[in-house]
Amino acid sequence: MAAIDTTQSADASAPESPFRVFVHHFAQNRGALAGFFVIVALVLIAIFADWIAPHSPIVQFRDNVLQPPFWAEGGSMRFPLGTDDIGRDILSRLIHGARLSLAIGTFVVTLSLAAGILLGLLAGFFRGWVDIAVMRLMDIMLALPSLLLAVVIVAILGPGLANAMAAVAIVVLPHYARLTRAAVISELTKDYVVASRVSGAGVLRLMFVTVLPNCMAPLIVQATLGFSTAILDAAALGFLGLGAQPPTPEWGTMLASAREFVQRAWWVVTFPGLAILITVLAFNLMGDGLRDALDPKLKR
Amino acid sequence: MLRFILSRSALVIPTFLGVTFLSFFLIRLVPGDPIEVRVGERGISPERLAQLRHELGLDRPLWVQFFDYIGDVLSGNLGVSVVTKTPVLQEFLALFPATIELSVCAMLFAVVLGLPAGVIAAVRRGTTVDHTVMGVSLTGYSMPIFWWALLLILLFSVNLGWTPVSGRLSVMYWVEPVTGFMLIDTLLSDEPGAFASAVRHLVLPTVVLGTIPLAVVARMTRSSMLEVLGEDYIRTARAKGLSGIRVVGLHALRNALIPVVTVIGLQVGVLLAGAILTETIFSWPGVGKWLIESINRRDYPVLQGGILLIATLVMAVNLIVDLLYGALNPRIRHGR
Repeated sequence: MAAIDTTQSADASAPESPFRVFVHHFAQNRGALAGFFVIVALVLIAIFADWIAPHSPIVQFRDNVLQPPFWAEGGSMRFPLGTDDIGRDILSRLIHGARLSLAIGTFVVTLSLAAGILLGLLAGFFRGWVDIAVMRLMDIMLALPSLLLAVVIVAILGPGLANAMAAVAIVVLPHYARLTRAAVISELTKDYVVASRVSGAGVLRLMFVTVLPNCMAPLIVQATLGFSTAILDAAALGFLGLGAQPPTPEWGTMLASAREFVQRAWWVVTFPGLAILITVLAFNLMGDGLRDALDPKLKR
Repeated sequence: MLRFILSRSALVIPTFLGVTFLSFFLIRLVPGDPIEVRVGERGISPERLAQLRHELGLDRPLWVQFFDYIGDVLSGNLGVSVVTKTPVLQEFLALFPATIELSVCAMLFAVVLGLPAGVIAAVRRGTTVDHTVMGVSLTGYSMPIFWWALLLILLFSVNLGWTPVSGRLSVMYWVEPVTGFMLIDTLLSDEPGAFASAVRHLVLPTVVLGTIPLAVVARMTRSSMLEVLGEDYIRTARAKGLSGIRVVGLHALRNALIPVVTVIGLQVGVLLAGAILTETIFSWPGVGKWLIESINRRDYPVLQGGILLIATLVMAVNLIVDLLYGALNPRIRHGR
């Protein structure tokens, strides 16, 4: 929801009710709308997880180990999506996992977006050696395979969900910095910025009040798509045993412990991955829709 | 043009030094040094620990170690693995063909399927075909590839028994490593069936690693084609009465390919990151798995050397892509 509110101010320079134009374009894109509704559903599931989930995500039903889902032979409605190797209800773990995944996405995007915007603004405004220093650092980070860098950072900080989130935030930061810098440089040459400068606006005012709101459109799109990257990367770290630690019901971590049951219990492997895929797909659909609705070149 | 090449290439030098610096210090921030990790729970006398550290030069000040390392790197020496005592470069060169073989196959898979899919989607814009191609490719783009690997193993290895689960070749065969590329080596050897075994081992990792590049190539080809198909010269070509295939294949595709080639080049970094997961899942003896294992062993020389080699490769490919792009598009090389 926050994304839409900011859009309103970002598009404020356009003539007739830009917000309505935006909503109109966005609503025409069925994929984007579907993504939006899936995300709303996920948020509701995350908020009400304690009431929706049939069981606690960490209680072990030792008599019902590796029970298949309800439609398969031997399954029951008591555990609709079956149980894992120590008898925990998979559906309940998935529902509570939604909380973690959305939290990961929010935290990573907020942190990397804030840091990236700051670095991008500094580089774009001051150019010269600040620009060179910042952008070379970003180049260095981009030259390393992202997952490798994330693994090294987690190794330094120690495995765990918070550290994995920090690692992913650092790894994706260069994209926001580069995007902000490029947008800032193209805005700085425009008349309204010159006018603001001439009428005596200070650097901070120019940065955050004059220029930044006009650079928001690409950043909003990148941030939405960044949710999916964050969720995927954190899940990958969880899968490598470096993210959230058991018994935390993080989807990637669930997959890591399910690996050895690939031959015996397909449901333990299938559902957590499906949850990741649906969530990531929803954010990508919405990101694509936002891009089309915010990019004037594509408005036909 | 020369000016463009030189100035673009000069940018690589600080990045290279930065990567050297970063990889050296980052891995030393990881708690525990190679000796502590190897000793593990067993414990060791403080004298012996000091002696082993001294042998590896780990007792010297960090900046002395760093400048020694820089000197070694500049003279082409990447050091010796703490664990295996083999030169890092030699280990890298032994494992790298496995990663290259997998990455090249994944890229071929992506291009061979993605390019035509993107072209068809663009030509049939707005139809069911277009929606299907775009839907499938967005799903592929959103795929957690480690889960995708498990699903494919579940279907093709466990249920159907068509493909093996791990490694590059069945243990029944032994093939002399001539090129390091298993597909070529098995063809060169006289072992009947070895080549088929190598192919069966390669299929699943290729599909897993190629899925995201496939989605990217298909999407990029489509949008690039759509842009080109709207140009005046395409209308002219159609007005001249050229056949649809000629217009799309010859006039449009050639111009649409420029951004697609750039994207393919930029996928190299993505491929190497993906190779870490893919190699770990399929026990593929490549560079990605080697680096992950080295982190657990705190094998400093392997890590700093391996990371440097990989980063250099990514930088080299990006540089080549940039230069090619500049050569193809004058606006870039004369730009700011």
